[in-house]
Amino acid sequence: MGRGGGDPIVIGVELRNLSRRFGDFHAVDGVDLSIRAGELLVLLGPSGCGKTTLLRMIAGLERPSSGEIFIGGERVDADVPPRARGIAMVFQSYALYPHRTVAQNIAFPLEASRMPRPQIAEKVRWAAELFGITRYLERYPRQLSGGERQRVALCRALVRDPKVFLLDEPLANLDAKLRNTARDELKRFQRQIQRTTVYVTHDQVEAMGLGDRIAVMDHGRVRQIGTPQEVYEDPVDTFVATFVGQPPMNLLDVRDPGLPSGTLLGFRPEHFLPRDHFTSDEPIQIFCFAVRRVEYLGSDRYVYGSVAEEAVGEATVIAKLPATVATAIPEGEALEFAVPRRALRYFDAATGARRRP
Amino acid sequence: MIPRRTLADREDVLGVAMLAPALAYVILLVGVPFVLAILLSFSNATAGSLSFGWAGWRNYATILADPIFLRSLRNTAIVTIGSQALVVALATAAAQVFRAAFHGKRLARLVLLLPWAVPVSLAAIAWTWIFDSTFSVLNWTLKAAHLMHGWLYWLGDPGLALVAIIIVQAWRVFPFATVIVLAGLSSIPQDVVEAAIVDGAGFWRRLFKVELPLLVPVVAVAVLFGVVYTATDLGVVYILTGGGPANTTQVLPTLAFQRGVLGADLGQGAAIAVFLLPFLIVVAVAMLRLARRAEVGAR
Repeated sequence: MGRGGGDPIVIGVELRNLSRRFGDFHAVDGVDLSIRAGELLVLLGPSGCGKTTLLRMIAGLERPSSGEIFIGGERVDADVPPRARGIAMVFQSYALYPHRTVAQNIAFPLEASRMPRPQIAEKVRWAAELFGITRYLERYPRQLSGGERQRVALCRALVRDPKVFLLDEPLANLDAKLRNTARDELKRFQRQIQRTTVYVTHDQVEAMGLGDRIAVMDHGRVRQIGTPQEVYEDPVDTFVATFVGQPPMNLLDVRDPGLPSGTLLGFRPEHFLPRDHFTSDEPIQIFCFAVRRVEYLGSDRYVYGSVAEEAVGEATVIAKLPATVATAIPEGEALEFAVPRRALRYFDAATGARRRP
Repeated sequence: MIPRRTLADREDVLGVAMLAPALAYVILLVGVPFVLAILLSFSNATAGSLSFGWAGWRNYATILADPIFLRSLRNTAIVTIGSQALVVALATAAAQVFRAAFHGKRLARLVLLLPWAVPVSLAAIAWTWIFDSTFSVLNWTLKAAHLMHGWLYWLGDPGLALVAIIIVQAWRVFPFATVIVLAGLSSIPQDVVEAAIVDGAGFWRRLFKVELPLLVPVVAVAVLFGVVYTATDLGVVYILTGGGPANTTQVLPTLAFQRGVLGADLGQGAAIAVFLLPFLIVVAVAMLRLARRAEVGAR
C-alpha cells in the first residue's frame, strides 16, 4: 500500500478520541487510530497498557466512556451489539465451547445466524480443510493440543465471514517452539483472506513479525504508530525505544558540549561494536566501554558494562555482538567501542520525547 | 539429648486417633442402625417385646401386596421428581437473577437462604396455615388477585395435597440448589460466554446452548442432594397431611414410621424403609454418571 498518494485511505476501523475509564483509572485515554482495510495492525504494549480494553471496545464487549468507533465507515460505539458489528474474535484462552465437538464449535456462529443446516455443514468442512483440522472435527476441545485448539478458534472466527478479525494474544498460550510456526501460519492465513485484523500482543517479536503496522501503547495512549521498521528505527520517545527491541536501546545521559543540555543519547545494542569493526571513513562516536560480563548465547554475545566517558553516573550499557564478530572480549577490561553516527538517536531527558538535532 | 518422639511424630497412631471419632460416629449411628434395619426387615419383631423371630421375605411380600404401600411408593416418586423438576427450573432462573448486579442483592441472598435454615417442623406448620381449609392465605391471595373462583381444599383433596407437598419440598431445597447453580455459573469461563456473545448468540441461545449444558454436572449434584433430601423426608408430609386424607398422601418414610413405630410392627416398618435403598442407589449412580459424562465431554 503506497503512502502519500492521493487516494483516500480505505478505512477498516476508525477510533476517534476513544476513552474508557474504570473509576479514576484511565484504561484507554483518548485514542485516535485509523486501521486500513485489509491490514494487520498490532496493538503492542506492556500488560495494563489498555490494548485489550481497546480491542474489547471494538468488539463491543466493553462500552467506551467517550469517543467514537467506526467499522467499515459505520458508527458502532453506542448501540450496535457485538453480533451486528461484523467482527470475529479469537480469545487468548481460545474460549472454545467445552461441551461441543470441534465441528459444533465451528458451526455455532452459523447456527446463531440461522443458516440452513446443509450450508452450515458445507462451510464447516471448507473452513476445517483450510486449517487442516478435518481429522479432529468429531473431537472435543479437551482432546486437542494447544495448537489445534488455536486453529479451531481461528476456524470459528473465519466462518462468520467478518469484516474485521480481532485477535487477543492468540499465541500467548502456545509453547515457544510452536509459536514460530503458528505465527507464520497466521500471517499466511491473513494474507490469503485479506481481511482487516487487529492483533493484540505484549510480545514485540510477534508484533514485528506479524504487523503491517504497529501501534505501541502505554498508559492508555498510543505512543507511536508505524511500520515495524519505523517503530524500531525511529522511535518517537524513550518508552518506544526501550519497549521495542531486545535487549532494549541503550540510553546515556551524555554531557556533550555539542548537544543541548538534558539530552539522552540512544543507540541499539547491535550498533555498539568494537572500534576496529568500523572502517576509518565511517563517521562514528567512540566510547570507552568497561566490560563487566559477557553472555554467550550462541548466535550472539551480550556484553554488559558501562561507559564512563563524559557521562554522569555509570549507566549499564549492553552490546550485542553477532557470532560473526570474533573479537575476544575479556571481562573486567576497558575496551574501545563505537557507534556509527547514523545509528544515534537523541531524546529529551525530561520528557523522553525524541529530539532531532 | 535427643527429644523424645511425641504423639505428633507418630503418624500411624495419630491417624487412627484422629479418625476414631468420625469412625465411631459412622459405625454407631449410621452403620449399626442400617444393618439393624435390614435385619429387622426380615424379622417379626414388634415394638413391645424383645423377641426376634426370622420371618424371611414375609414382610416384603406383605407390603408388596398392600395397596397403601404401593401408593406411598408412587407418591414418593411423584413428590421427589415433581419437586426436583420445579427446583431445577426455579434455581436456574433465580441464579440468573442473582448473577445480575442490583441494589439490595446481599439482603436478597440472605432472604433466599432462609428456607434452608428454618427447621422443617416450623416451616411445615406455617405451610399448614397457608394451605388451611378455612384460613388459606394462598386461596385468599389468589381470590384477591382474581385468579381463582370458588375455593380450593388444598390438604383435603388427594391430588391437591400432593401438589402442596411438592410445593413445600421444592421450597425447602430451592435455596440450596440456587446457591449450587450460582457457584456453577461463576465457574463458567467468562471468555466462553463472551465468545458466544461475539458469535452472535442472544440471551436464550447462550442460556440453552452454552450455559445450561455447562451447568449439567453441577445441577446433577444439586438434584442428587435434593432427591435424597426429599425422598427420605418425614417431617413435611407428617405435619402437613399426616399421610391423609385416607392414606392417599403417604410416602415411604411416613408409612414406615406409621407401621413400624406407631403400629409397633418393626419388621414391616423396616421393610418399607429399606425399600428406599435401591431406589436411592439407582438415582445416585445415575446422577454421578451424568455429572461425570458431562465433565469429560464424551458422549
